[in-house]
Amino acid sequence: MQLAVPALLSVFPIEFCGAVEIKQVESKSGIRAWLVQNPSVPVISMSFAFRSGAVSDPTGKEGRAQFVASMLDEGAGDLNSEAFLGKIEDLSVRLRFRANLETFSGSIQTLKRNRAEAFKLLALALNKPRFDKDPFLRIRAQLSASLRLAQEDPDRIASRVWYRSVFGNHPYGRPIGGTLASISNIKREDLFSFSNSFFGRKNLLIGVAGDIDPDELSVRLDEIFGGLPQGSDPEILTEPEIQMEGKTIVVEKSLPQSVVLFGHRGLKRTDPEWYAAYIVNRILGGGGFSSRLMEEVREKRGLAYGIYSWLNPLESVGLIMGSVATSNSRVKDSLDIIREEWRKMSELAISDKELQEAKNYINGSFPLRLDSSRSIAQMLLAVQVNRLGIKYLNRRAYIINSVTKDQVKKAAKRLLDPGLFTVVVVGKPAGISSSQ
Amino acid sequence: MIRFLLLALSLMALFSFSGKTAVFNPETHTLSNGMQVVVVTNRSAPAVVHMVWYKVGAADEPRGQSGIAHFLEHLMFKGTKYTPPGEFSKIVSRNGGTDNAFTSQDFTAYYQKVARSKLELVMKLEAERMTNLVLSEKDVLSERNVVLEERASRTDNSPSTQLFEAQQTALYLNHPYRNPVIGWEHEIRDLSAENALSFYKKFYAPNNAILIVSGDVSLEEIKPLAERYYGPIPGGAKIMRSRTLEPKHIAARRVSLSSTQVRQPSLSRIYITSSYRTAQKREAYALQVLAEIIGGGTQSRLYRSLVLNQKKAISVYVWYNPTALDYGEFGISVTPRDNLSLAQIEKALDRELSEIKTNGISADEIKRAAKKLTAEAVYARDSLMAAPNIIGRALTTGQSLEDLEEWPERIMSVRIPDVVAAANETLVMRNSVTSLLTPKKREVQ
Repeated sequence: MQLAVPALLSVFPIEFCGAVEIKQVESKSGIRAWLVQNPSVPVISMSFAFRSGAVSDPTGKEGRAQFVASMLDEGAGDLNSEAFLGKIEDLSVRLRFRANLETFSGSIQTLKRNRAEAFKLLALALNKPRFDKDPFLRIRAQLSASLRLAQEDPDRIASRVWYRSVFGNHPYGRPIGGTLASISNIKREDLFSFSNSFFGRKNLLIGVAGDIDPDELSVRLDEIFGGLPQGSDPEILTEPEIQMEGKTIVVEKSLPQSVVLFGHRGLKRTDPEWYAAYIVNRILGGGGFSSRLMEEVREKRGLAYGIYSWLNPLESVGLIMGSVATSNSRVKDSLDIIREEWRKMSELAISDKELQEAKNYINGSFPLRLDSSRSIAQMLLAVQVNRLGIKYLNRRAYIINSVTKDQVKKAAKRLLDPGLFTVVVVGKPAGISSSQ
Repeated sequence: MIRFLLLALSLMALFSFSGKTAVFNPETHTLSNGMQVVVVTNRSAPAVVHMVWYKVGAADEPRGQSGIAHFLEHLMFKGTKYTPPGEFSKIVSRNGGTDNAFTSQDFTAYYQKVARSKLELVMKLEAERMTNLVLSEKDVLSERNVVLEERASRTDNSPSTQLFEAQQTALYLNHPYRNPVIGWEHEIRDLSAENALSFYKKFYAPNNAILIVSGDVSLEEIKPLAERYYGPIPGGAKIMRSRTLEPKHIAARRVSLSSTQVRQPSLSRIYITSSYRTAQKREAYALQVLAEIIGGGTQSRLYRSLVLNQKKAISVYVWYNPTALDYGEFGISVTPRDNLSLAQIEKALDRELSEIKTNGISADEIKRAAKKLTAEAVYARDSLMAAPNIIGRALTTGQSLEDLEEWPERIMSVRIPDVVAAANETLVMRNSVTSLLTPKKREVQ
């Protein structure tokens, strides 16, 4: 193994985690990664992503990116599926790929003693996937089975119908996993065309945590990713037109309990009011037992087991969404309360106490999530995916603490409007029917 | 993210491991009131997980009150003498922490994950609700609706869970494991505050509880805090957990459910068998190796045969849960490829199982399985949650810390005849229930 010098570009101490520091590492050929080195357990975790996902699936071949994700450990280079998976298991390597809407991500975890072989396998998977016919047919059958499993699942139905209704034919309106018809349209060549275009250095982001030092990481980065082409630029989507605003869609199913998904336009991650909106959502429905929705719907009235809201910032549009599952006879009550809370949050000021408690949680809980090398690597990746810069982690608490009550109120007013809800109800809700 | 996760199966058992190979190195101490304290130090972040485990679960419920253990778990957040209803989680949250609780057949556990500086705060809160629970009628009734909604989400809206419930009642003819942890709907509807409080008074006491803390602390640092908050709680009478036992099983059982909500058929079979505690010798370890050989990953017998070679199945899943106070369960589930009937898949499955029982396994298979199982021990150290979870499950189901410490050696010392004997002992039809889930319109067999 040769040493690349200088591997270490910079070191940022992260205050919230005591002695933890993030090192920015660059390989000889210019691949960059963020690293949190921790020698206390002999495990290495790496998370990476390319900026392109299911939105690039060709029309009629929806599910292509996910098909690729399911095939990457099914043989590469001179190893067929059986040989490749056999090695992964014998080395106790955990290798996962995942297609998201706008990224294609992967993660590998390995025992330190097996790292050389583990990284070699990852390199093969990314550089020389085989997509052989036999595993191709097997994975297609598996993907079809999981689509059939999801076909009658009320949560999955609600999500499919919501996105399709709101985004229509825009790529955001299509299911990441595709449909039974689109999956059967996908050919092996389609998988190669995805990996050839989008596995590129230009779009690559990497976070690493665990028992590896910067010098070695720099060499490994070239071994794994150095052979990739520059790659295509990710497709920049036009801003979608939001449809079905203010409408309700009932998907009738004979179930004892209705599943409800609702939401409307929100803020993008780059919006100057993002952090104020983040606090708004925490107080409204993102805070579990501390949220207003949970208090009103579950704690006071026992209408549901869980109720949540969340921000969903896509690249070209932001959303705020929420969900609840309630007995058919009580769906209407739940929705009325949700709309009322939405309206109150939008119109009335919040208390100093609520604001302070939300800030305490957002800042206090963040470092607690970083309790394994895997979660640290994922966080390092997420910060890069969101284009926040390495200094973000030190500034995050300050940014949150600087948000004022007025800013929260302004953001709430701008963000929330129950009149814009697109509501999808799956079940047999009493007193609710689809809008005309 | 939802509090009150319900545990039907504890697959974590597969990832138990040892102190001898320096995995967790737990330290332990027992308070004078009988409460055991276990600490696993992990200095990688200034955070701690604080858990209290009670040696009581759904299988300890009075007859006719199914769901009371889980309902009580919900009600434990409804206030005490000094903490108003609903405040517990809010206090934890405004201090930057997260909390949750879960109930299984054999245990009930409560935990908080907080910054090290908040440990004393959560310990004080948790110790207080061990004795001072106060319930109002209004909160109890409203929470009962929450549990009914929870049951609807998990079970009544899901044919596969409904079938699983039926499978469990068929598996256990007489033992309370036959009742679902969440309870039967009609019995949940009748649960009262008195039921909950009487269950609470009987089982929630320091001598029936275990404190487990993992993270940036040592036993030395924990001891004075534990003495201060849990120490003054008087120990109760010795608690006996006595459950009705299974008769000899004579007949193999089958359950089936056909539903328009199902588009993908599947077959599963569960065999009732030994747990760590009830095993005569070391069968539980042999069964873990067996489960790995039969269905652990793409080199396993069933995957190779049913998925790769015969192309009859889309996926296979095999599990064995030895972490139970009474019976262990060995389960297999298979999803067939298109147009293949469940009868055909069952035939192919049975052929593979009888092959193992008759012709045994190879030295290579056993070596590979043991290696894979023991590697999980290293990954388990790389997480704050794994240690207290695994230790809590073990100690509430009759295992000792030593059993955990010796786990890798015991797995490594399993020999071919042990695995074959375990297969012949366990994989017997009369010990099993086979369940068939099918789409309504489709003909099976």
